[in-house]
Amino acid sequence: MTGRVVTITSGKGGVGKTTTTANLGVSLALQNLRVVVIDADIGLRNLDLVMGLENRIVYDMVDVVEGRCSLRQATVKHKDYPHLYLLPASQTRDKTAITPDNMRMICAELKEDNDFILIDSPAGIEWGFKNAIAPADESIIVTNPEVSSVRDADRIIGLIEAEEDPVRSWLIVNRVKANMVRRGEMLSVKDVVSLLAIKLLGVIPDDDVVVRSSNEGIAVTGKTREAFDAIARRLNGESVPVDTYENGGSFFGRFLKLFSN
Amino acid sequence: MVSIEFKGIRQGILVTLPDAGEWATIQADLAARIDSQKEFFRGANIVLQVGKRSVRRHELDSLITLLEKRNVVLTGVLSEAATTQGATRKLGLATDLDELEVVSHRPADVPETHAQQPTAAPAMNSEVQGADAVLIRRTLRSGNNIHHHGHVIVLGDVNAGAEIIAGGDIIVWGHLRGVVHAGANGGLDAVVCALNLEPTQLRIGSLISVSPAKRRRRPQPERAYIENGQIHAEAWKP
Ligand SMILES: Nc1ncnc2c1ncn2[C@@H]1O[C@H](COP(=O)(O)OP(=O)(O)OP(=O)(O)O)[C@@H](O)[C@H]1O
Ligand SMILES: [Mg+2]
Repeated sequence: MTGRVVTITSGKGGVGKTTTTANLGVSLALQNLRVVVIDADIGLRNLDLVMGLENRIVYDMVDVVEGRCSLRQATVKHKDYPHLYLLPASQTRDKTAITPDNMRMICAELKEDNDFILIDSPAGIEWGFKNAIAPADESIIVTNPEVSSVRDADRIIGLIEAEEDPVRSWLIVNRVKANMVRRGEMLSVKDVVSLLAIKLLGVIPDDDVVVRSSNEGIAVTGKTREAFDAIARRLNGESVPVDTYENGGSFFGRFLKLFSN
Repeated sequence: MVSIEFKGIRQGILVTLPDAGEWATIQADLAARIDSQKEFFRGANIVLQVGKRSVRRHELDSLITLLEKRNVVLTGVLSEAATTQGATRKLGLATDLDELEVVSHRPADVPETHAQQPTAAPAMNSEVQGADAVLIRRTLRSGNNIHHHGHVIVLGDVNAGAEIIAGGDIIVWGHLRGVVHAGANGGLDAVVCALNLEPTQLRIGSLISVSPAKRRRRPQPERAYIENGQIHAEAWKP
């Protein structure tokens, strides 16, 4: 098996990287794919919390790198989804304890028996981001439909494109509010896509369910679950039309023809 | 770092130095600024504005040596101080902008015929003399900065947060949303063209303009240029 390493990043903080990593991981696992999610936000780990796995952590990535345990010992199996695993970040240690080479080695090993390795990148363009992007085969850029977040996304895409062997970048627009878009108070998905000019992987509505389920450490439900399921299928090569969640309830005209393979 | 200002003028680049502070420090800072934008300064004529500061001949000498190493030519020093003016004249440099030629193309070290070697500056008549240009075949994204002493052509968009500073013209075959400065060393005849001209800020020579607040219109190719001391934009009609 050769898994795909997908790094979820954004530039700006708080736009939904961790939410996306956790829920996309669940969607892929529900489609019978083997998935490992990696928390690359050393020092500020919270992927374990959002996934409800905090109390199961024994070892973390730094323990693996420093030889205190094997990779297998450090990966935590999800209690509800047997195909889903978490490799936690270390809570306290110095973030320079992990290097891009460490990340490449860990991912090379995980690729052997998993379909997807999702890496939750920290915000910013510093050390943590560089670690997160180093082993990537692809990247998912998460943005909100808002000027400053799009600007940072653009910056990150530019940095990725400037790499020697640039990886493909996908776009997820998170927290779209139908009523604000309709009133013209928010950038539309179309605006964001035309500005960033990378392939749209999917759109996630702004939904209170996200906050509630993160707090409880469970996967999202309802329309946001559907959004993540559709994203997982597209990532896996299926052709699924993109719902932009910009037209509220009306079914007709809900689908934008932004997606084509 | 002390504040050193650069401004494109018709005679080259006007460099305004702070009135106060150690000459050695200022000189080092100026060198650092030039080194950080090597391409932009290479072959440039510069005129110093030193205000009330008394600059002695040996101080000017050491500055000239430092500039020569960087391929920059000092052509004049503007000052209200008699010492400075005296030192400047002794070195055969101008003390007044009117004594200086308007630069069309830069230094004399460029051979007349230069099939291989590009000139160091945009020539006034670039069809005859040739001029440097860079072609960038991608979208410039936020954080990308391009500084070039000649013309800059982008096949792609120039996104908000990206910046182009060119000695000559700027042509964007795409959507221009970032900051652009054409004719950055004083070329008032420089133009900026784009398929969709919506820069955050557009400068030509020493003039600055900003895009009018969001006009919802059909994008069309436009060209910005200076006329009667103002930047104008007009639809591009071939
Ligand atoms: N679609 C959404 N609807 C409503 N709230 C959301 C949505 N997506 C994310 N949030 C909320 O936004 C906050 C930030 O989300 P998250 O932690 O996933 O972002 P992040 O990009 O990982 O942040 P950081 O840069 O700090 O790591 C959380 O409180 C989350 O619940
Ligand atoms: Mg996070």
